[in-house]
Formats: sequence, structure tokens, C-alpha cells
Amino acid sequence: MTTVGGRDEVQRSDASQLRVVGRPLPRTDAAEKIAGSTRYAADLALPAMLHTRLVRSTLPSARLVRRDTARARSLAGVVAVLLGEDVPHNEVWVDVPGQQTEVRALKARSQVLATGRVRYHGQPIALVVAESEDVLAEAEALVDVEYEELPGVFDPEEALGEEAPRVHEDGNLLAEWHIDSGDAATALERAPIVIEGQYRTQFVDHAYLEPEAGVAWLDDDGVITIRASTQVVEHFRDIAAILGVPQARIRVIAPYVGGGFGGKEDMTVEPYLALAVLRTGRPVRMVWTRQESLLARPKRHPMRLRYRTGAENDGTLVAQDIEILADTGAEAYLGALVLLYSSVTAAGPYRCPNVRVRARAVYTNHPPCSAMRGFGAMQVVFGCEAQIDELARRLQLTPDEIRRRNAIREGDRLPVGQQIVTPIWLGETIDQVLRAAGPRPEPSRPHCRVGRGIASNLQPYGRLVWLQDTAAAWIGFQFDGSVTLRCGVPDIGGGQAASLGQIAAEVLGVDPARVTVHFGDSARTPLAGTSTATRQLYMSGNAAHLAATRLRDQTLDAVAEAAGRARGALRLGPGGVEGGGEPIALPRALELVRGLGVPLEVLATFHGPRGRAVARDLAAERVFPDFTVGTHLADVEVDCDTGQIRVVRYLACHDVGRAINPQSVSGQICGGAAMGIGSALTEEIVLESGINLTAGFFQYRIPTALDLPDIEAIALESGAGMGPFGARGIGEPPIGPPAATIANAVRDAIGVRLTELPMTPERVLAAIRAQAHTDPPRPAPTGP
Amino acid sequence: MTDATSRITVNGRELECRAAAHLSLLRWLRDHVGALEVKYGCGEGVCGACAVLIDGQAVNSCLVLAAQIDGRAVTTSAGLGSPSGGLGRLQQAFLDRGAAQCGFCTGGMLVTAAEFAGAGEALDRRSIRDALHGNLCRCTGYQAIVDAVDDVLRDQGSSSPPAGGWT
Repeated sequence: MTTVGGRDEVQRSDASQLRVVGRPLPRTDAAEKIAGSTRYAADLALPAMLHTRLVRSTLPSARLVRRDTARARSLAGVVAVLLGEDVPHNEVWVDVPGQQTEVRALKARSQVLATGRVRYHGQPIALVVAESEDVLAEAEALVDVEYEELPGVFDPEEALGEEAPRVHEDGNLLAEWHIDSGDAATALERAPIVIEGQYRTQFVDHAYLEPEAGVAWLDDDGVITIRASTQVVEHFRDIAAILGVPQARIRVIAPYVGGGFGGKEDMTVEPYLALAVLRTGRPVRMVWTRQESLLARPKRHPMRLRYRTGAENDGTLVAQDIEILADTGAEAYLGALVLLYSSVTAAGPYRCPNVRVRARAVYTNHPPCSAMRGFGAMQVVFGCEAQIDELARRLQLTPDEIRRRNAIREGDRLPVGQQIVTPIWLGETIDQVLRAAGPRPEPSRPHCRVGRGIASNLQPYGRLVWLQDTAAAWIGFQFDGSVTLRCGVPDIGGGQAASLGQIAAEVLGVDPARVTVHFGDSARTPLAGTSTATRQLYMSGNAAHLAATRLRDQTLDAVAEAAGRARGALRLGPGGVEGGGEPIALPRALELVRGLGVPLEVLATFHGPRGRAVARDLAAERVFPDFTVGTHLADVEVDCDTGQIRVVRYLACHDVGRAINPQSVSGQICGGAAMGIGSALTEEIVLESGINLTAGFFQYRIPTALDLPDIEAIALESGAGMGPFGARGIGEPPIGPPAATIANAVRDAIGVRLTELPMTPERVLAAIRAQAHTDPPRPAPTGP
Repeated sequence: MTDATSRITVNGRELECRAAAHLSLLRWLRDHVGALEVKYGCGEGVCGACAVLIDGQAVNSCLVLAAQIDGRAVTTSAGLGSPSGGLGRLQQAFLDRGAAQCGFCTGGMLVTAAEFAGAGEALDRRSIRDALHGNLCRCTGYQAIVDAVDDVLRDQGSSSPPAGGWT
């Protein structure tokens, strides 16, 4: 881990004394995953287990004329076929916060199984339950669904027209957000330089390697238990509402998840498994195929962005006017919140006194869009960072210089009104990537051109403050000195559980191998909230830290009393209780503690900062707990004959506050950058009149090892984050910059600005051909 | 559906496979053998999560019928351990480098790497990437995976595999 010079005055929470935290320890879950013994959601089998599968809509917009299950039910081996009428409460209501009546939907409704009409290709209509997977496939084809096709709307701009077909009764505008900070219109009129640009991003899929899956069963005392691949065990409440049973009767277990990235934040298999168990009383397994995962599970919002960016002649930003139109698909899900994140971050990690944002999420007959890594704060980077780059060109400034001049710092306010209250090392991330990048590469062939680009971003970590976020953790010493940690965090592959163990080991002075973490169980681990929003290390990390600290203190208090030693001299370390005399081995010390009747356990809850709900017109002292910033740099080579973009070199640098486990941090940065490069170059869910043409990995192309260069992850430790030991969240932030970084590098290479994602060879060639005249001189960022 | 009987060796254990003729090797391994380290990821031979070695050659088991491989030997990632029961050399390198994050692609990645590591060729990083390009990973950006394989190949040098193979 690197610390950049010039900011050493920042408190680093005595990092030099850390024993476990900050070391690149192999994660506790890794050895089993590598040996092949980890049991994922699809891996459980129970006696007399049934299998279940959804029948999905083949049309994007239609009335359901007839749904006939008779033929399917008569097939040998079919146990049940459920329709919407069989669902006790077939309506799921989603809050759409901050919206006034004039933007309609305050609450949005969706169905578990569609009854009257379908609104997108792949929408669930029926649930088949059978003795075997072979029977399922046959039975699915025997469910007769007759459709009357209805006109659909497949473009968000058209969807806002008066005459447009209505996706939902209340109209097609799901949510709208406004930011009016200062006076952007006047400032843009007066600004000597104004850059205008329009940008488009695409539908993107999470494409985790583990398709949605789970096994559910009826447990003792009537508890329906669902062990599923999910980021949110708290969905047990939603499942209870659908089934009409008390919340205490539903238990959700999240085993190690094979990737989430936001795609397992909304419910997937859970309600269907619960319904099948409720109906049959038998254990049931559901595994979605890759094809249905790509077909209909929520996607990343495609956005149309319009930017007007004004600056003084020295490059100081004076105003931004930003319009965001997002296709939110056919259901509400988390669309309103995604656009809220876009609005708050659209002006980038820069000081800017006059900002106007208008953001809208609009229903269409496309697959629903919802959470995906970056959560709306990702798409806007593509627009904002193009604007900043073009501004630099116009002013003959280097891309790094213009960013440094405007970089947000502690004490500055974002356009929404929130003040940055921690030291935030944006300028340092810019310095660092340039320093590490060294000289620019040479073209490998005559018809190729090379270019370099950088882009910066900011991403919130932790949930919106009005959600009054909490996380709880229970920690206890066993008699032999080993440690049990219970925390409801789902582990979605980022090392969420292992990091908590590392934190506990640090505080309690034990070997990390002596800590066992129980996680992700809505009934048997204290609830810690969702593994989303880059919040787990921050929230559950703080809860584990708090619990461990209290356990340490009550243990040492008791030992001091029992052993007659000065409390101030005592500490927990590898020798057990150390200080004030011979070390007391931990088992012996714990015996002394028990002898006084002092418990060996602590339950602690960490509270995030609290705040008030926002209205449509966004203006708040605080929206998020804090932010993570970063800068990426790419060297690209563009083949001017084929339009192929090759990323030659890639660096990604973030201020991570503190790397609890540097190996995990590096994994998050490299993985996020790679996913962002996929969005930049190849990935797109393609829909033709609402029909998904990319429901397979042949069509939906995520990067392979061959498509990517080595990614150099650089973690800067400001020690200034709000997480344990000064950590910031790093799960989502690295997804933000890649598309803009590459677009800026391509602009540098061939003098053409690509404004639409993904930047396919076809689009590159079209842009080269459309280039009317040569571009102005192009200063390049320079290394030290 | 006709049942076919064949003999297949899985990780050194010879098994009788009585399975419907249309049963994929992937499903036979998962549902009948309990080789749950072999993962379903796409079912169409693109992602590599179901890769196993058949007589030393990496194959996507979703595209092979169990009935097709009578008399052959299958090695899954769980069969790549050291003779003493610990992690094998490749597995250890994956652990040391943090190459498993969610872990779902890891088994397929390991057997593919085992195939070309077993060939004993010295590969540069680009060739390693080429060799792994049939195995998708969404968590790591492949960085730690390529690092791990690179470590093993460097250790081996350009000489033939060490006695006892590469595990």
C-alpha cells in the first residue's frame, strides 16, 4: 500500500501498531473455495426434494387472455402448477421515495406472477413444481398461455409522450429528481467557455458466474427456511408479506454467494421457493438457467445524458447543467433510488458553485432496471469526465491539471448541499496514476494509434442517511480462547465475512485462524443489513469492531480485578492477557473472568449517521455517510482499419482509507475495473421491440482474460474513512471511471469523441469516418 | 429414455455410470457422483465453470454426455490436491494470490490451468491469458488468477513437470 507524500499530517490511526489488519492474509473462505468444498446455494440436496421453474412471458407487452395449466398438471411427475391466483398476496409494493403527486407514483406495484397482463419479455407467469428437472422442462412447455399483443413502448423519450402506451396505469414517469444549486443558467451565459455534450449508456447485466439459485424447506415449528444466493437476508419480511405468514416464520440463509454486484439485491428465487414449499410442504430447489438470468432479471439502467459545462479561462468550473433520462424498464424496483445516486454524483468530484440537475426514470416495456455496482453513480461518470476532458482540450490544459484545479476537498460542498467532512485524496489519486504510468506506449503497427486517458469519480459508501442504517454483531470468547463472531452480513465474494474476522482478531489479539464467523442468517445471526451500497465493511465492520472492543474491555476489566493487576497495563495479545506481570494464557484469563460472573460475549449495534428524507427537489445537509474517490488511467491502441480498441495498460487508484485486507482491496479494484472495461467495450443487453436478443453468454460478452491487460491496482490509505481503522468502502467505486477513461484515451489516440457505450469497432469506425476535420492540438497528461 | 451403462473414473475412483443417455457429464457429476465443485454457469460451453479434465484434457462438462466417456478418467478441481491431502501447487498459488473471490469460477479455472501447466510449456502472461480465455471470471479481473498461474509456471521453469505432476 502506498501513501502519497504531502499529506502525512493526516491521522493514520496508528497503523504501524496493527498486527492483523492491513496484512494481505489469504481469506478464511478462500482455501475451501479452492479445494472445492464450499457449498453454494444450488449445491444443497434434501430428501424428497422437488424442483421448480418459472414459465415466462414470450412477449414484452400483452394481455393474458388464457392461462391453462391442465395439460401440465396431468403430466406424470408434476406436483403443482401455480398461477398468480394461487399466490396469497400477489402484489409487491415498492416505495418510491421523494416523489410528489405531480410526478405520480408514490408507491409502485408489481406482481409475483402476472395475471392480467405482462409488461416485459420474460416476466414470470406460472410456477411449475415437479419431482425432477427432466419433468420440469417438459411441463413448462405444457403450460398454455394465450396472449393478446398490446402496443408497447421501447424508448424512454417516446414513453413520456402524451400518446405513448402506458406501461402502468399512473403513467410512465416513475420518478424525477431536481438539484438547483446556485444559478446554472446565468452562470453558463456568463462563462467564457461552455462545453456541450450528449452521451448514452446501455443495458448491462451483472453476469455473475453463479446463476440465481436456492433450496427451501419447511423446518421445525413451521418455519419456512430459504437458503438462497442473495445479497439481502432481510427479504424474509417481503416473503412473509407475499405468503401472508408472520415474519418470524420465514428464515433466509445466504451461503457464500457466487457474485452479486447488485443483481441479487432484489429478490430472485426466494418468493417462488417459498410458494412452492407452502404449497407442497416438501423441500424445493430452484436454479435459474443462465439464459433466464440474462433474459429478465433487472439490468443496469441505460441513460441518456446531456451536459453543459461552463468554466473560466483558467479552467475553474463555474456551472453544470445536466439532464438525465433513464430507461427503468417495466417495474419500479430500485429505479428511483438509482436516479437519486446519479443526481447527487452527476457533477463529478469537483467544486462547482452553480449546478442544475434534472433526472427522470421512465417506464418502458423493457426488462426492469435496478441495482448494479455503481448504482447510477457509474453512468454519469461517462458524461461528466468526457466534459472535463473536452474542457481541458479547449483550454490547452492537461487532463490532470484541470482535474487538480477543481478537485473536491475536505470542507467543500457537493451540489446537493452535503459537505465533505473527511480528508479525501482525489488529487493524490491523479498524481499517483500518472507517476505509476510512466512513458506512453508506441503503436505496435502502422495503422494503429495510441492514446492515454484519465478519469476520476466519487461514489457514496453506506446507505442514504434517512434509511437510519444499522448493523449488529455478536462476538464471544469460547472457553479455549477461540472466538465466535455472528453477523448477518451476506458474503457475496468480496471477503465480507473474512474481513470481519480480521477486525475481531486485531482487537482481541488472537490469531485470525482462531476466529470463526457465522454470517448471513436472518434468524440466527444479528441482522447487519444488506451487502449492497458499499456498506458492509463500513457498517458491519464498525459493528464487529465495536463488539470486539467492548468484549476486550470487559475482559480486561475483569482480569484486572481477579488477578489484582493495574487495568491500564493490560492488553490482549498473542500471549493472552499481557502486561503487569507474566502473560496469562487466554483460557486461564477467561476462567478468571467467568469466576467473576462476567459474560464472555457482547452484542453491539453500529448506527450510521441519521438524516431526514429528501424531497424531489434535492437539497440536504447530508444524503450519504461519505464518499470514496479515485482516478483511473488507460493507454489504448486503436486499430484505424478495424476499429478495434485494445487496452494496453490500465491503472486504477482509489483512496480506500485503510486496506483492512490489501489482497481483498486489490481484488475489488481489479474486478471493478475489469467489469467497467466490459461495459466500455463489449457488453450490451440488446433489445429489439422489447425482445431480448442477448440471453446467452454467446451473445452477451463479458471480458475474457485475453480481452484485458494487467490491471494495476493502487490503494491509497488516507486513514480518513468512516469505517473501522479509517477504512472507506471500495466495492462499487472502481466501476465508475473505466468507460470514461477509455473514451478519453480513444479521443487522445484518434481525435474522435465516442459518446455511446459500448465502444464497439463499428462505432469507432463510424466515428472515424464521420470526423469532418482534424481536431485541435491535443495536450497529453504528463508524468513527473 | 434409454439408460446406458459405462465405467468412468472420477478423481481416481472407478465408478459405474448408469444414466439416461441424454444426461450431461455435468449433471452426472453433480447429481450422481456428488462432485459439487463442478459448477453450472451457462449450460452452453461458454463460461468454463463446469470444466473438468478428461484424460488430462480440459473440457466443458455441460457439453459432454456421461454416456460418451466410457472407460475414461475425469479429474475435477477437487482432484488437484497434493498426495498428502492438502492443496496442490496450483491451488496453493491461487490461495497465496487471492485468486478466488466468489469462488464460483475457481474450479474450472484450476483444471484449465492444470491442463497447460501439465504440458510443461513456459508461457508468458499473454499466453496464459490466451489459455484461460475459455473460463469467465467476473470478480477478479483475472489479475490474481494470471499471477497465480504465472507463479507456478515460473517455478516449473521450462523443464518438464516435476515428479508427481504439477499438483
